[in-house]
Amino acid sequence: MFIVKNRKFFFIFSTILIIGSFVAIFIYGLNFGIDFKGGSLLEVSYTQSRPSMESIKEGLGTQNLGVYVLTPSGEKNYILKTRELSADEKVSVLGTFSQEFSNQAKEERFNSIGPVVGNELKNKAFVAISVVILCIVLFITYAFRKVSYPVASWKYGAATVIALVHDVIIPTGVFVVWAHYYGGEIDILFVTALLAILGYSVHDTIVVFDRVRENLRVGNGNESFVETVGKSVSQTFGRSINTSVTIFLTLVSLYFFGGESTKEFAFVLLVGVIAGTYSSIFVASPLLVSLQKEGK
Amino acid sequence: MSKHRILSVFLIISLVLVGFFVYSSETGTRFTKYTFKLGLDLNGGTQLVYKADTSKVKSGDVPSAMSSLRDVIERRVNIFGVSEPVVQVESAGLISGQKTERLLVDLPGVTNIDEAVRLIGETPRLEFMLVKPEAKNMTEAQLASSTQEQIFTETGLTGQYLESAQLQFTNTGSGQISGKPIVALTFNTEGRERFAKITTEHKGEVLAIFLDGKVISSPVINDAITDGKAIISGGFSADEAKVLVRNLNYGALPVPIELVSTEIVGASLGENAKTAGVRAGLIGFALIVAFLILWYRLPGVVASISLVMYVVLSLAVFKLVPVTLTAAGIAGFILSIGMAVDANILIFERMKEELKRGKSIHDALHEGFTRAWLSIRDSNISSIITAVVLFWLGTSAVKGFALTLGLGVLISMFTAISVSRTFLFAIAPKPRQGGEDKIVKFLFSNGLHK
Repeated sequence: MFIVKNRKFFFIFSTILIIGSFVAIFIYGLNFGIDFKGGSLLEVSYTQSRPSMESIKEGLGTQNLGVYVLTPSGEKNYILKTRELSADEKVSVLGTFSQEFSNQAKEERFNSIGPVVGNELKNKAFVAISVVILCIVLFITYAFRKVSYPVASWKYGAATVIALVHDVIIPTGVFVVWAHYYGGEIDILFVTALLAILGYSVHDTIVVFDRVRENLRVGNGNESFVETVGKSVSQTFGRSINTSVTIFLTLVSLYFFGGESTKEFAFVLLVGVIAGTYSSIFVASPLLVSLQKEGK
Repeated sequence: MSKHRILSVFLIISLVLVGFFVYSSETGTRFTKYTFKLGLDLNGGTQLVYKADTSKVKSGDVPSAMSSLRDVIERRVNIFGVSEPVVQVESAGLISGQKTERLLVDLPGVTNIDEAVRLIGETPRLEFMLVKPEAKNMTEAQLASSTQEQIFTETGLTGQYLESAQLQFTNTGSGQISGKPIVALTFNTEGRERFAKITTEHKGEVLAIFLDGKVISSPVINDAITDGKAIISGGFSADEAKVLVRNLNYGALPVPIELVSTEIVGASLGENAKTAGVRAGLIGFALIVAFLILWYRLPGVVASISLVMYVVLSLAVFKLVPVTLTAAGIAGFILSIGMAVDANILIFERMKEELKRGKSIHDALHEGFTRAWLSIRDSNISSIITAVVLFWLGTSAVKGFALTLGLGVLISMFTAISVSRTFLFAIAPKPRQGGEDKIVKFLFSNGLHK
């Protein structure tokens, strides 16, 4: 009951988080990786200690690469990001990394993407997310059709989607700040993480709403809608926390013990799961009450 | 023995059998056909993406041109000796949000791509085009300033319809200098029909033969040719002709292609990603099991067993489908583990409520499963909808995620509900008069309350 009664407080809290995320996105910008904007990425490794950044940069400076980013990675690797490189340019860049005869660079990874491909990928991701959201609203409207009173069933869908947007925006905002300080960019794996959050968010919200639906059906008619929702939230509270704990455990182990490439991914998902659990309890359900009051 | 106990024994035996299949197909003693298919990011290798220019192909012919392109490139890549190359077409379309037809070439294990790119780049493109009547009277200067479209018209006959090519030499008495190398072409059935139609309808006109976008010979059509044979005499040396014949026999490109993206992952990088991923998975799994048993006691043990069953079954399905595992795919799988556990948590929490109301363990179990079913069903349907849409619309990385998530959710509905249910009923005490043993009650309760 506490949660539903004090919903204004939680709404304000979430609104601040969302506005904060937008401000962060606005200030630091979305740093798209080469997956989305095109370009080349080259990772090399050394068997001995890697040469100094200065010596590499000196060599790269003579090659007309334009703006490039050179970052050390792991213990003995370098990652270079540039515009799209031709085969010849790549050979000469590799030569720069292997200046010292006794310490040759080994090519670990090379990724080159044309700008058109990147742009199309961006559109594709956007279309996919939009279609998923639309389908989910339709499904929830259908699944909750029998409990159209006192709240129209599409409003359950609307509340789910608001919670979903909440759960996707906040990790993006947190990630942008994180990426600003620790480096990181928006690549296809980041989009996959957002999609996973999207799936989890809806899954979690539906479980709470299902309890509302059940309580409405078996309700004795003396309860107000506010009471029903409050009761449902407290009944599913234990389950919500425990489920997040299990997912949390897998993600923490993925973050600490998984590979370098999935670290960012695990981080975004962790933030998303926290936001998702929070929103289904403190945002989506109280929102149902507000939507019902609104309708009167 | 009760029905549930017999079923439980059966389930455990199947678990062991499926587990044996997964294990032995990995260690390489049996079922070696069913080792995991690992994506490039985990195994190392190369992906090349080519853009196909289909602007000159009639829209109805695009799918056939693309599939013939795929076959040609596949044959090319096979000469390269890659273990399991995957060549696939990514179609353009409004829904896919893609403007051009693409060809994806995956070369697992290959990291020196220069050779591969060169080999694919050597694939010849052969086209037959008619010279427009108005172009015949043009002067040299006019011809030089005209575009290809102003001089030639497409005939729809390309290297796609070629069956074979042969190196021959001209003989004396044919009005030509003898001993010159020529390339004899034989068309397939459809090519023969097209060629016959062109030569019948355009008698007396010039039919130019283009190799890789350049005219190499432009004979005049004297007679209708219905046997599907043609000859190119392009003033090339014997060696050049030999190379051309070899390349044509491996297949000619139906449409021009251009390399638009390359991805190479070194074997050691992939190896690291793989071992780290497996380690993270195992630790995460152990943490979940510890949590389940500490919190949910006996039902927690059951949930852990059905979770093991879930993981083993999923891995077996990934092997059989087969699903190519990538970093994104593993992420989808981890998420589905969370959802598989969720189903059990929902049921157990529900049981706890019923126990609190003073029901017997048997009845509480029953209620728990019945009542939790609706929310498990609806939340999983929404996950499946997400997976289906993403699989339909996504790019290859997203598709991998969607596939493991979708399959995982389906399998988890079986293990978390049917399997857990069978085991729990098998070990639950029979309902009886006079209340239950305190220890049994403790074992079936959960959390901090007694």
